[in-house]
Amino acid sequence: MKKTSIKMSISTALFVLFSLNACTKKNDATQQASTDNAKPAASEILIGSVLSITGPEATFGISSKNAIDMVFEKQNALGGIDGKKLKLINLDNQSKPEESAIAITKLISQEKVVAVLGEVASSRSIAMAPIAQSNQIPMLSTGATNPKVTQIGDFIFRTSFIDPFQGPVLSKFILENLKLKKVAIFKDIKNDYSMGLAQFFKEHFEKNGGQIVTEQSYSAGDIDFKAQLTAIRSKKPEFVYLPGYYTDIGLILRQARELGIKVAFGGGDGWDSPKLFEIGGNASEGCYFSNHYSADAQDPMVQEFVKDYQAKYGSVPDALAALGYDSALIIIQAIRSAKSLSGPDIRDALKVIKDLKGVTGTITFNENRDPIKSAVVLKIENGKQAYVTTINP
Amino acid sequence: MIALAAATIATYLLTPYISSFYLQMLTLAGINVVLANGLNLISGITGQLSLGHAGFMAIGAYASAYFSLQYSDPNYFLLSLLLGGLFAGAFGLLLGLPTLRLKGDYLAIVTLGFSEMIRVLFLNMGSLGGARGLPQIPHHTNLTWVVFAAAATLFFIHRWMNSYFGRAFLAIREDEMAAQSCGVNTTKYKVMSFSLGAFFAGVAGALFAHQLTYISPSIFTFTKSFEILTMVVLGGLGSLSGATFSAILLTFLPEVLRPLQQITHIDLRMIIYSLLLIILMLTRPTGIMGKREIWELIPWPKRKA
Amino acid sequence: MENFLQHCINGLSLGSIYALIALGYTMVFGILKLINFAHGDVYMVGAFVGYYLSAFLGLQSQPSMVSFFIVLVTSMSVCAILGFLIERIAYRPLRSSPRITALITAIGMSLLLEYVAQLVFGPDPKVFPMVLERRDLFQFGEVSLNNYHALIVSVSLTLMLLLRFLVLHTKFGKAMRAISEDITTASLLGIPTNRIISITFMLGAALAGAAGVLVGTVYPRIDPLMGVIPGMKAFSAAVIGGIGNFPGAVLGGIIMGLSEEMVAAYISSSYRDALAFGLLIFILLVKPSGFFGKYQPEKV
Repeated sequence: MKKTSIKMSISTALFVLFSLNACTKKNDATQQASTDNAKPAASEILIGSVLSITGPEATFGISSKNAIDMVFEKQNALGGIDGKKLKLINLDNQSKPEESAIAITKLISQEKVVAVLGEVASSRSIAMAPIAQSNQIPMLSTGATNPKVTQIGDFIFRTSFIDPFQGPVLSKFILENLKLKKVAIFKDIKNDYSMGLAQFFKEHFEKNGGQIVTEQSYSAGDIDFKAQLTAIRSKKPEFVYLPGYYTDIGLILRQARELGIKVAFGGGDGWDSPKLFEIGGNASEGCYFSNHYSADAQDPMVQEFVKDYQAKYGSVPDALAALGYDSALIIIQAIRSAKSLSGPDIRDALKVIKDLKGVTGTITFNENRDPIKSAVVLKIENGKQAYVTTINP
Repeated sequence: MIALAAATIATYLLTPYISSFYLQMLTLAGINVVLANGLNLISGITGQLSLGHAGFMAIGAYASAYFSLQYSDPNYFLLSLLLGGLFAGAFGLLLGLPTLRLKGDYLAIVTLGFSEMIRVLFLNMGSLGGARGLPQIPHHTNLTWVVFAAAATLFFIHRWMNSYFGRAFLAIREDEMAAQSCGVNTTKYKVMSFSLGAFFAGVAGALFAHQLTYISPSIFTFTKSFEILTMVVLGGLGSLSGATFSAILLTFLPEVLRPLQQITHIDLRMIIYSLLLIILMLTRPTGIMGKREIWELIPWPKRKA
Repeated sequence: MENFLQHCINGLSLGSIYALIALGYTMVFGILKLINFAHGDVYMVGAFVGYYLSAFLGLQSQPSMVSFFIVLVTSMSVCAILGFLIERIAYRPLRSSPRITALITAIGMSLLLEYVAQLVFGPDPKVFPMVLERRDLFQFGEVSLNNYHALIVSVSLTLMLLLRFLVLHTKFGKAMRAISEDITTASLLGIPTNRIISITFMLGAALAGAAGVLVGTVYPRIDPLMGVIPGMKAFSAAVIGGIGNFPGAVLGGIIMGLSEEMVAAYISSSYRDALAFGLLIFILLVKPSGFFGKYQPEKV
């Protein structure tokens, strides 16, 4: 017994020391001091991004990255910022929060980026933000809508509006434009975004005289919703609020029509995808959703964006691409007007951004570092998104 | 014992010299070491295949996170860790009791089911965040804590294996019926094994929660259980050093493979894991170390009899 | 009351799908005493084969029963081949290994299929083309029965009856039953065990493929991970009915489908997946051999 434990102690000690040594050796070669904010190569500005290129939410990440690449290319063609070219370093996170944390740490401490763009989802942004905050590197989330993201610290910003704003958008629309009062809610219990939107929608709707006749839930990935839809049907709502992701919406709409539910459905920006009409088909006609931008808005800036994106990537850009586009614009503006490339200076420049014109609206950051901007309501007509109205904050 | 103390102190001193990226990776590796060895105890040493390890991790994570959110003083961290472990251990007990009669395949499926049920439970618990997760958990974990926990785990399990209880576990693995005939209370020891393994998973979960500062049910899926299983199987079911080694290896592997992924734009990691598992089973099912430990391999100078 | 009837109809069609998949599990377990974890993923492959085939043959523009059957039969055949390959590559070499090894291999195979599918097909969901138009057959009050429901039940029933005929009234079936009794003796009696086992796998896989096509037709969204949860539920169904027992698998499937529908309707949909495991655990504690199974004491 004693012999084995001595052997064991020695070998484990050797093993531990060996591995620690190996790791520290690697570091000594690649960096000097323990400061993680050393300057990058003089001719380039390194901007990091953590966007999901693989995993179930890859499409969101890919759209965003495409748009950001587009903006950076254009800017570099114009000579970059002060003669320095912009370089985007994107690390994939497999659509997972823990991987996002690893990716952002790598970007900050290994790649020495000056700012980080990401993520599109709230849960992953929340995993990343504390690391950005403690390293004093500004982080600009392209699409997270949970208010908690920017609450983590003053280095965390976002480009999209937040759930407490988006939820009431459709509520307002239903009450004032459609003039309906009885609504059923059908939310995705597995999805933080859906739960958030449903909560804020409900608060606003009930406060303004509406009535929620029933609240049902499903899990993302379910294929059969008939049980809950039958329950909804029996309560005879005039509208159904369905704040989920397009992946499930199409199927839900179909089954709803099969069961004879004829009222309009509506949701949030999670509906935004051409696949929605593919899966939903005729069932999605006449439905509404709130979104960050409308591809057929008359604004020349939007039209140019849509045209360029389509030319380069072959498809109409979705809301996430639009948000990615604006995020890139924001970060360029901030770097340009910042006193230096240090984290705190860029952060200060971001804070004071006012009336920056983007494709998702005019952007001004409020004291929580969330943008104050409008949402649009779109209607699905003839298999396409049609602009209905804009709801302002 | 000495080795542990040495390792912990060494880590404490070295921490400021390690870049934050490697710090993070080593911390995660350490957490995986605790996880893998916990599963090793259940599946490798006692021979009960458990596919629900992530569920225990989740319980530990949520329990300790909830505690920390109430009492965020760093001095309470140890308490928080132990709480996580104890809660998870309790659930291990709960899982162990009804599943005593089950063998092999059935047990595996039930553990899987249990883990999924736990995840669904957390998904539905609004008070713990539900799908939105639990953010802003204080970041108490650092490498020293993790190394301490990993060392303590290894020390404990090693001692355990050489004790009466440990021998009972091994006996159950080798031949349950024979063990029973020899008077080993298989029921009691199987449940004990689950509880202990779950305890370690809970501690690991707690460490994880305080490292990422955010947890949500989507992290503790069957895929996670599978990753832990791969670590144990690769290292060799029943080998402490094997599990430890492969836990560290498989933590760093995705980062090593990252350049490959950047080029090809595909997520090869899970494909490699599953292929690894299949090929391993077909060619060398005992894993790298088999049932042996690393110190049995080093040719010590033999004492003269 | 009307709602209840509607739920029954929904539950029955759901149950038929589970029954088809459960049969595959039960067949393999009966013969090899192995839980084929990868079975749910074969179902997924069936759905995707149907998807690509329809696109390839342009069947979307001519929806009809014929189109549907072409897709069904082709998909079943492809899945049969897949089943054969899986058995040959991953399970046969481990026939005499400890169970834990085979189990881990099965898990690995399942995950491999899922991730390769994500790689090859893309992780985002696809829309299964409409190869058969939906027509309402029957409507009284709020309860509707359409041809999709009828299709699922009738196709499943037909396949199950064919299988039953095969097992009970053919020499092949006899061989299958012999092997599930005692494989060593069966081989001593001159039964080509390897061949029979391969064919059994192929049959099970074909059934799963059929289920995949049916699901694709009726619930047109398919994605590479669609087989995971239904696979587990179907396995639970097989156990509930008594694993190794064919009518048991069917009964288990129906029970699973109906209870899932009822829980989703009257309690809460978020627990519908947890229900499957709950039932499984319950049955394993109360009557581990399932409804129709026999208690098999372990002999030393």
